[in-house]
Amino acid sequence: MMRLLIIIVALFASSAFAVEPDEVLDDPALEQRALDISRNLRCVVCQSQSIDDSDAPLARDMRLIVRERLVAGDTDTEVYAYLVARYGDYVLLKPPVQPNTYFLWAAPALILLAAGGGAWVFLKQVRKSASGDDDGEEVEPSS
Amino acid sequence: MTRALLFAPLIAFAAIAAWFAVGLRQDPSRIPSVLIDQPLPTFTLPAIEGRDNPLSSEYVKGEVALINVFASWCIPCAIEHPVLMQIAEDEDILIAGINWKEKPGDGAAWLARLGDPYDFIGDDADGRVAIDFGVTGAPETFVVDRKGRIRLKQVGPITEQIWEQDIRPVVRRLQAEE
Repeated sequence: MMRLLIIIVALFASSAFAVEPDEVLDDPALEQRALDISRNLRCVVCQSQSIDDSDAPLARDMRLIVRERLVAGDTDTEVYAYLVARYGDYVLLKPPVQPNTYFLWAAPALILLAAGGGAWVFLKQVRKSASGDDDGEEVEPSS
Repeated sequence: MTRALLFAPLIAFAAIAAWFAVGLRQDPSRIPSVLIDQPLPTFTLPAIEGRDNPLSSEYVKGEVALINVFASWCIPCAIEHPVLMQIAEDEDILIAGINWKEKPGDGAAWLARLGDPYDFIGDDADGRVAIDFGVTGAPETFVVDRKGRIRLKQVGPITEQIWEQDIRPVVRRLQAEE
């Protein structure tokens, strides 16, 4: 029974965030925006964590800046722009769609197309030899 | 034609493997700074406790300068320190320090022990100015030209070799500029 309880508790536990009590803003709506923004910003020291997940002192400084900018009346876009101006696009966990990332964003579709095209050619070939016609004449696949 | 297609996956694999072979050799901690060729952030920092030479972005205008982010708690900074001392002695260059996230008094005590290469030292206790510089860790050093633009960023300690090969030539070039 105890073991089951532990498992249930573990299943429903939400991940712990690094935000410390003294950082939290009084306005819940603003705090929610700060959390959402923080999840999209890279901790530049730890690199693979968001500043929301990181305990690094620099991540804390960045969380405080995010909140400060929001309190000062910045829009979400302005907060991102503020940090990008200092740390570059690298600070964004999700790369923006812009000329130097077009290939990055298009790559999955291109790979799917290439693989799909390859599979199509291969299957056509298999069908062709299965129908016993190897002389290169086009054979309509039977439907 | 179809025979050539047989080799397409192999060629694609070779291309991807070559790409990764290059990519995986790169140091992921090297992040190009967006501040290169940008004007220095405008800031004013108080002097550190025990010193009376505060740092403002105005003080480095008109001179080729090194702006060095350091702290007594930073181990690589202690490795870099003798090189900075040597630069201060040998070169006609302004060296400014940003004492990053330091407890009051610690910076001055550290400099009293190891020597002080800095013309100006700003106390960046809350790390705000360091963020304006896009600092990710100490030490970091920025080379600023006479017009107050950042021209080079060194992440990690300046070793003698890095100074001679990478930084000094840039400094010389900037000093020769009008």
